[in-house]
Amino acid sequence: MGINRRQFLKIAGFSSLIGLGGTSASLLRKSILEASQEEQDPRALLGKRWALVIDMSKFKTEDDYRRVIDVCHRIHNVPDIGNPKSEVKWIWKEEYENVFPSQDFDNQYVEESLKNKPFLVLCNHCDNPPCVRVCPTKATFKRKSDGIVMMDMHRCIGCRFCMAACPFGARSFNFQDPRPFLKEMNPEFPTRTKGVVEKCTLCYERLAIGLIPACVEASNGAMAFGDLKDPNSEVRKLLRDNYTIRRKPELGTLPSVFYIIGGKNNA
Amino acid sequence: MLEKALVGDRRYWGWICFLLAVMGVGLIFYLRQFSFGLGITGMSRDVSWGLYISQFTFLVGIAASGVMVVLPYYLHDYKAFGKITILGEFLAIPAVIMCMLFIFIDMGQPTRVLNVLLHPSPSSVMFFDMVVLAGYLVLNILVGWTTLHAEKKGIAPASWVKPLIILSIAWAPSIHTVTAFLYAGLPGRHFWLSAIMAARFLASAFASGPALLILLALIVRKFSKFDPGKEAIQALGRIVTYFMLTNVFFLGLEFFTAFYSKIPGHMMSFEYLYMGLEGHGKLVPLMWASSILSVLAIGLLVFPQIRKNETLLAIASVTVFVALWIDKGFGLVVGGFVPNPFERITEYWPTIPEASIALGVWAFGFLLLTILYKIAVTVKEESGGEAIH
Repeated sequence: MGINRRQFLKIAGFSSLIGLGGTSASLLRKSILEASQEEQDPRALLGKRWALVIDMSKFKTEDDYRRVIDVCHRIHNVPDIGNPKSEVKWIWKEEYENVFPSQDFDNQYVEESLKNKPFLVLCNHCDNPPCVRVCPTKATFKRKSDGIVMMDMHRCIGCRFCMAACPFGARSFNFQDPRPFLKEMNPEFPTRTKGVVEKCTLCYERLAIGLIPACVEASNGAMAFGDLKDPNSEVRKLLRDNYTIRRKPELGTLPSVFYIIGGKNNA
Repeated sequence: MLEKALVGDRRYWGWICFLLAVMGVGLIFYLRQFSFGLGITGMSRDVSWGLYISQFTFLVGIAASGVMVVLPYYLHDYKAFGKITILGEFLAIPAVIMCMLFIFIDMGQPTRVLNVLLHPSPSSVMFFDMVVLAGYLVLNILVGWTTLHAEKKGIAPASWVKPLIILSIAWAPSIHTVTAFLYAGLPGRHFWLSAIMAARFLASAFASGPALLILLALIVRKFSKFDPGKEAIQALGRIVTYFMLTNVFFLGLEFFTAFYSKIPGHMMSFEYLYMGLEGHGKLVPLMWASSILSVLAIGLLVFPQIRKNETLLAIASVTVFVALWIDKGFGLVVGGFVPNPFERITEYWPTIPEASIALGVWAFGFLLLTILYKIAVTVKEESGGEAIH
C-alpha cells in the first residue's frame, strides 16, 4: 500500500484540526471557573450585595474630599498622569449637574450652590453591569458571592468596549506605562501595565482581610459601607431613614452607590 | 494562480512599491505605539475609540457589500453580474482582513489577542463579531478562489461551492448587523442607542461598497483587457442610487426622533456633530462636507441620463464613498462619545502617528486587493470573462 502526497496532506490536515478542536474544548471548560482565593481569611468581611451610601451633606471642606480620594489612589497605585487626556482615576469629584444630568434638566432652577457642588463619583458596581456584558474575555466580571464588579488586569486585552459601555464614565485606560507616574508605590497592591483598563474594585483586597473600603474609612462617617441584602446593615438603615438617589436609574443598571443629597443647610 | 500576481508592467510594480512604502511608514509608527502604548493616538479617557475602530466599522460595510453582486447573479440569475462576482468576493477578502487588522492595532494589549478565544464570552457582541467576520472571510476565500480556479480550467466549479455561495449571501448582512450591535446595545450612549442603527449600517454599506466596486470596475477596464461590462456597471449605479437614498432617509429618521422629541441626551451628539456644542465643533466642517456631498451624489445619481454617463457615474461614486466615509468612518464613532457620561465635552482628532498607522493598514488592504484583482483579471483575460456555472 502507501499513500500519495495528496492523501497524506488530507490526513495531516484533518488530524491537526481535530487536535485544535480538542484543545479549545478543554480550555472552554477551564474558563468557567471564577478566580478565587485559595483559602479564605477568617477575618474576611462577607456580604451578599455590597453597597455604599455617600452622604454629600457631610462633605464640607476641600480636605473632606481630598482625604478620601488620596487614600484610594495611594493604596491602589493609581498614577497621577497629570493630563486629562490619559488620566487614570478610581474616585474623583464631579459637579452635581454633571453627575445627575437628567435631574438637572428637570430642575434648572436648582440652587446654584447645589448645582456646582462637587460629588464623589466612582464605579457603581451595578447589579446589571453593561461593562461585564460586553467584555469579550471576561476580564471584567461580577463576583458571584458579593456582587463586586471586578477587574482581571492580566486578562484584559485593552479593547475598551467596557469604557464605551459604562454609562458612568467610571473606567480609565492606561494609555502608557503608569509606573513612572506613581509618587510612591504600595507593594501590597499590584501596579498595572500599559494597555489595560482599570477602575475601583471596592477594596476587595481589604474586605478579604476584614477591613472596610479605604474611602469609607477615611471619610469620617460621610460614607457608609454594608450589605444590601442584610436588613440590619448600616446602609439599609440609611436607605430607610433618608431620601437617596442613584445615578441614571432610567438605564436599569441598578447602581449600588447611593447618594444622600442634603438640603440648603448642608451645601 | 498566485504566480499571475508576479507578472506585471512597470506601473504595476510602481503601485506595489508605493503601497509597500506606505505600509512601511505605518509599521514604524505601529512599533512606536506597541512600545509606548495608545497614548500616541488622539484617543482619550472620554473618546476611547477613534480612527481605528471607525475604519473597522466602515470596512465591515465594504466587506458586506460584496453580496450586492453575488445575490442578483446567483439568486436572480442576473447574467450581467456573472463577470464581476469575483470582483465583489475579492473586495470582501481584503476588507475583512483590514477590519481584523484595525481591531488588532486598536488593542491595548495586542499580545493577549488569543484571550478572546481562550475565554469565549457569548454575552459580548465582540465575540460574535469575531465569529461572523472570520466565517465571512473563509467563505469568500473558498468561494472566490474555487470559482476562479474552475474558470481558469474552463470547467464548472465543484458542486459543494453552490451551498457555500448561498450561505455567504445570508452571512453578509450578519457581519454588518453584528457590528451595528456593538454600538446599538450600549445603555449610556444615546447617539448609538437606536434601533435603526443596523439598518442604517446596511444601507450605507450597500451604497459605499458598490460605489467602490464601480470605481474598481472602471479601473480594471482601463488597465486591462478585461471589460466588466457597461450593463454591470450601470446596474451597480442603480444599486448605489437606491441605497444612498435609503441611507439619507434613515439618517433623517434619526434627526426627526432627536429633534422632534427634544430629549436633550438624544440631541446632543447631533448638535455636536452638525452645529457644535458649547463652543466645540471640530467635526462640524467634516459633517457638513458629508451632507453636501451626499446631496450632490444623489443629484447626480437619481437622473438616469446623468448616471448613464460613466464619467459622471464615477464622480458620483467618489462622492458617495467620501460622504459615507466621513459619516460612518469617522463621525459616527467619535460622535457617540461626545458629550461624555458627565455631559462634558472632550474633542478628538487623530494624531499623525495614528493616521499613518491607519493609512498603513489601508495600504495593506489595497496591496491584497491589487494582488487578488491582478489574479482575477489575468484569468478573466485568458478565459474571455465568462464563468461557467
